Amino acid sequence: MVEGKGLISIWFFIGVLLLVYGIIILSAGIYHAFHPPAHPVVLANLHAAIWWGAFVLLMGAFYTYRFFPRKNK
Amino acid sequence: MPAPAALLFQAATAKLISLSPVDVAIIVLYFAMVLGIGFYLKRFSGTGEDFFLAGREMTAWIAGLSFVAANLGSLEMMGWAASAYQYGILATHWYWIGAIPAMLFLGLIMMPFYYISKTHSVPGYLKLRFGEPARALSAITFGFMTVLMSGVNMYAMAIVLKVILGWDINFSVWVSSLTVAVYVVLGGLRSAIFNEVLQFFLIWLGAIVTSVVGLIEAGGWSGMVQRIHANFPAQDYTHLWSGLGSFRSNPMGIHWTGIVFGLGCVISFGYWTTDFLVVQRVLTARDIRSAKMAPIIGAAFKICIPFIVILPGLLGLAVLPEHLVAASQATGNLHSYNEVLPLMLARYCGPGLLGLGITALIAGFMSGMAGNVSAFTTVWTYDIYRALINKNATDRHYVNMGRWTTVIGVLVSIGTAYMVMQSASIMDYVQALFSIFIAPLFGTVILGMLWKRTTGPAGFWGLLCGTASSFGMWLWVKIDPSALRYIALSPHAKVMAEDMYRALWSWLICVIVTVVISLLTKPMVEAELEGLVYGCTKLPSEGHLRLYQRPIFWASAVAALFVALNIIFW
Repeated sequence: MVEGKGLISIWFFIGVLLLVYGIIILSAGIYHAFHPPAHPVVLANLHAAIWWGAFVLLMGAFYTYRFFPRKNK
Repeated sequence: MPAPAALLFQAATAKLISLSPVDVAIIVLYFAMVLGIGFYLKRFSGTGEDFFLAGREMTAWIAGLSFVAANLGSLEMMGWAASAYQYGILATHWYWIGAIPAMLFLGLIMMPFYYISKTHSVPGYLKLRFGEPARALSAITFGFMTVLMSGVNMYAMAIVLKVILGWDINFSVWVSSLTVAVYVVLGGLRSAIFNEVLQFFLIWLGAIVTSVVGLIEAGGWSGMVQRIHANFPAQDYTHLWSGLGSFRSNPMGIHWTGIVFGLGCVISFGYWTTDFLVVQRVLTARDIRSAKMAPIIGAAFKICIPFIVILPGLLGLAVLPEHLVAASQATGNLHSYNEVLPLMLARYCGPGLLGLGITALIAGFMSGMAGNVSAFTTVWTYDIYRALINKNATDRHYVNMGRWTTVIGVLVSIGTAYMVMQSASIMDYVQALFSIFIAPLFGTVILGMLWKRTTGPAGFWGLLCGTASSFGMWLWVKIDPSALRYIALSPHAKVMAEDMYRALWSWLICVIVTVVISLLTKPMVEAELEGLVYGCTKLPSEGHLRLYQRPIFWASAVAALFVALNIIFW
């Protein structure tokens, strides 16, 4: 898309944001696994933040690498 | 962004749940990213083609995701989750029969004419097909509807943030809407589309956790159904079609004819094929194949959206310990239907995930609002200002007008949001808007595209009569609620049924008036209809494409899935 104009792909922006989000959510999930909050959510034992944070992190890493601007040119 | 971050943190201290610093960081990062994209894209929005049509160089995927995201406002998420709690799985009709056939029809049948005519807007197509009066009528009604819709979206978001986080409504409205204004003013439609694709990802990633964990708690789909039947034994909340045999046998108070003909044949086709808010996204496609594929890709994602919007509402019926009530009865410890999605988010999402879920709601609002604002800007600048006020200005002048219109559109939307706060029901309000303006417009466009005998005066008068009759019926029921029995053909009909049948009647009136006047007026010369009408336009062949590259192949796959899902959940 519009490579001729040197436009950075939207997928790269998405990748960067998801990568950062994944790191934050995974870190928060790991922290709360060892330091449970006073009022845990329902099914807190599933540790949804850990597996979902890891998924978002991997997805973000893939998009960031695949659509990194220098690789696109 | 230190100041907004501090404000967010201070504001989120009382109420249903509170945000942790991790959640605030996720929300602040989101705002920083969308603004960053706007600033980055400013250099690519110097011309009118760039600002208003994103350079017409989007891939099918970008246009398709943007096409769906522009429709996925926070109203969509919060409102339909609430409807799912109130009416059960019937709310899914608005995603399936109320969207999929129309989206596929747009891609396969209508998009070639929009694209080949090189129009910049739906009112622009009406100008080419029927002349200036039809364009002016359509542009003015569209502008009015768009601003109102934007205000509704804004109000919905502010309410949900107030309920779940205790944020001040004024704070939510102003911070979010001004952010939208900044990135659309800077980067135009390209910026809106880029952010819509980003927002589409965030909406899915933020909302899907609730559905997955909720299903685990409920014991899967069958466990959820059993719980709903145990909690609400008097109503059928889990069948799509089997309860639609009469107005009294389903929670929505509607008959299948209203769903099929009113929603499936008129309202959905009107919205998905003629509402410029969504059609504008597809007009940015880089070639005609991409333009045809974009709505089909959008339909494939649209068919999945009930999983993140309807399912949380159904799960709420199954697992929430309390019964939610209508907004008018929600006092003290009682929560309203509109709060079901926030309640489910709070139930399952801890720090981090909660921030992502809230970001999904905010992203939904912003994508919806950016869609409204960018569409309004284009229609105002090209179809009202350039057509009726200043015809001979430079391209740069129109781009500047577009930027100013964006700001003014946002401010008017904010004003509308404060007006909407007086309205009893958000969804009823939106449905009324759809059926007043959209249904007759679909009659005019579809006749203009598929029947070459349709004439200019017929297009204008058909649209005017259809819109006037729709408004008249709406007013009639407002003044005398008992009139609903005549509009919906049953004394047992409820509000949703009224909208469906009003749309159907106004569409029929539009079509009948258009056909009669066409037959009484002089036919148009066929040469003038080239590129605009079926039978007068040479459509590009797709014979050289492999089967899997053809839009019809993917449209058939989506259609097959649509039929299968309706049978499974019958």
